[in-house]
Amino acid sequence: MASRLSAAQRRRIRIRERIIESALFLAATSSVLVTGGIVFVLLYESAAFFEHVPVITFLTDTVWTPLFADPRYGIMPLLCGTLVSTLVALAVAAPLGLTAALYLSEFAGPRVREFIKPTLELLSGVPTVVYGFFALLFVTPILQKIVPGLPGFNMLSAGIVIGIMIIPYVASLSEDAMRAVPQGLRDASYGLGATKLETAVKVVLPAATSGVAAAFVLGISRAVGETMIVAIAAGTQPNLTLDPREPAATITAFIVQVALGDLPHGSLPYQSIFAAGLMLFLLTLAFNIFSFWLRARYREVY
Amino acid sequence: MDAQVKFSLRDAPHEMIERAVKVRAENVNVFYGAKQALKDVNVGIPERGVMAFIGPSGCGKTTFLRCINRMNDTIAIAKVTGRIVIDGENINDRKVDVVELRSRIGMVFQKPNPFPKSIFENVAYGPRIHGLATSKSALEEIVVSSLKRAGLFDEVKERLHDAGTGLSGGQQQRLCIARAIAVEPEIILMDEPCSALDPIATARIEELMEELAKIYTIVIVTHSMQQAARVSQRTAFFHLGNLVEDGPTDVIFNNPKDKRTQDYITGRFG
Repeated sequence: MASRLSAAQRRRIRIRERIIESALFLAATSSVLVTGGIVFVLLYESAAFFEHVPVITFLTDTVWTPLFADPRYGIMPLLCGTLVSTLVALAVAAPLGLTAALYLSEFAGPRVREFIKPTLELLSGVPTVVYGFFALLFVTPILQKIVPGLPGFNMLSAGIVIGIMIIPYVASLSEDAMRAVPQGLRDASYGLGATKLETAVKVVLPAATSGVAAAFVLGISRAVGETMIVAIAAGTQPNLTLDPREPAATITAFIVQVALGDLPHGSLPYQSIFAAGLMLFLLTLAFNIFSFWLRARYREVY
Repeated sequence: MDAQVKFSLRDAPHEMIERAVKVRAENVNVFYGAKQALKDVNVGIPERGVMAFIGPSGCGKTTFLRCINRMNDTIAIAKVTGRIVIDGENINDRKVDVVELRSRIGMVFQKPNPFPKSIFENVAYGPRIHGLATSKSALEEIVVSSLKRAGLFDEVKERLHDAGTGLSGGQQQRLCIARAIAVEPEIILMDEPCSALDPIATARIEELMEELAKIYTIVIVTHSMQQAARVSQRTAFFHLGNLVEDGPTDVIFNNPKDKRTQDYITGRFG
């Protein structure tokens, strides 16, 4: 068959296709490159840090005072702060997010769901600095009436508000997972004379385990990385404690506190930011891998 | 309508057997929104034995099946009118507890739908939610006997705690039957139970139905007229939301009164 296009036209088309493909490839790889670059900078600066501070000291020392005359670089207090505020957040978001998801997926009528779900998702549009002041100026005074002797800065208040912040993520993703459970399984359960609640709790929820777990892990990742709420409501004083009533700094709170000051470039305190950042990165990476594993382990074949 | 229906059995075609009516539908109409899916259905379903519903796609046979255990309640836009009387009680009455009703009526679906749980847990689900077993050993006994009656036990006895979803399609469907009979229902509704199965698995399910029909009232919706002829004693033909006629299976297939039934049976449409 004779081509309707001349050789020159065909060549032009081929070149144009090639250019567009390269442009798309660059767009796709740029995010990978940026991530790679960030990891490289983290590792590079951290390596310089670890030349002066042994990794063992970093992980086992119980005092974090990089700006003091006698600096100590133990990540433990910051890690504890992150851990406690995350656990408090999870204690709030897990039950509330899960029940909200169960209600939206299994009980709510379409009209109710169409109202509640976007409203819930609106919560995630609130700037975190607003949440921070909400925690400091609203939640903390209330908590102080319930918990006697609660200091103005404390992880409990920050954790509760982080929990409120991540409810939309947990609820929305869990609901997606539950709605993806085939109707046939619900029919089977109803057909056996199960109530709505029995069906929701004993059939739908177990069948959606992997998706719900992934929703939780995403919520945890958000809580671990949360900065403003903890910096405002939990204080910026590193404190080695597992008591949520006490004030404490988290890894992120330290980074934001120190990064605002004028630290000389290349100094050890400057590099400590990157070491802390690396720690945070490894933590969230571990969570992401864990969520990946969960999804693979509990993926249901319908 | 009489309280009795008559039919002949396949192995004794001239002998008419009388059975009490287990389920009686009176002027049943079903609407999905503005669309009427069933129009004034009146029919009696005999106790014990198999009754088949046949008819072309969209004729309302599955809709009617889902009226018998009020599964249409789970569809928000569905509206059912008329009376469906089971053992003298109108199940469309407000006072009827749907959960209790469904525990007396088992259902097997078109697509095998075992829960993503172990084989054991699949069968134990119903007895657990209804508190039928007082002890662990009683529960095990129910599970084993249900699997045996569903003809599945020998194939799965070594792996009761493996996932039910790992079985073959035919085994999954028999697991669903075991799950249904574990709650000791009186009626079993089957909605095209073999449409997703190969001929060998189909034959096994049909044998099983014959066995189960000695104890239970079975209602089967099927697309396959051969299957209806093989397994049922009575057949009802649905067309465009109407129940055109019902009667002994051999009469419906060999000597139908209505022209539409005749056309369908002889393959002129459908």
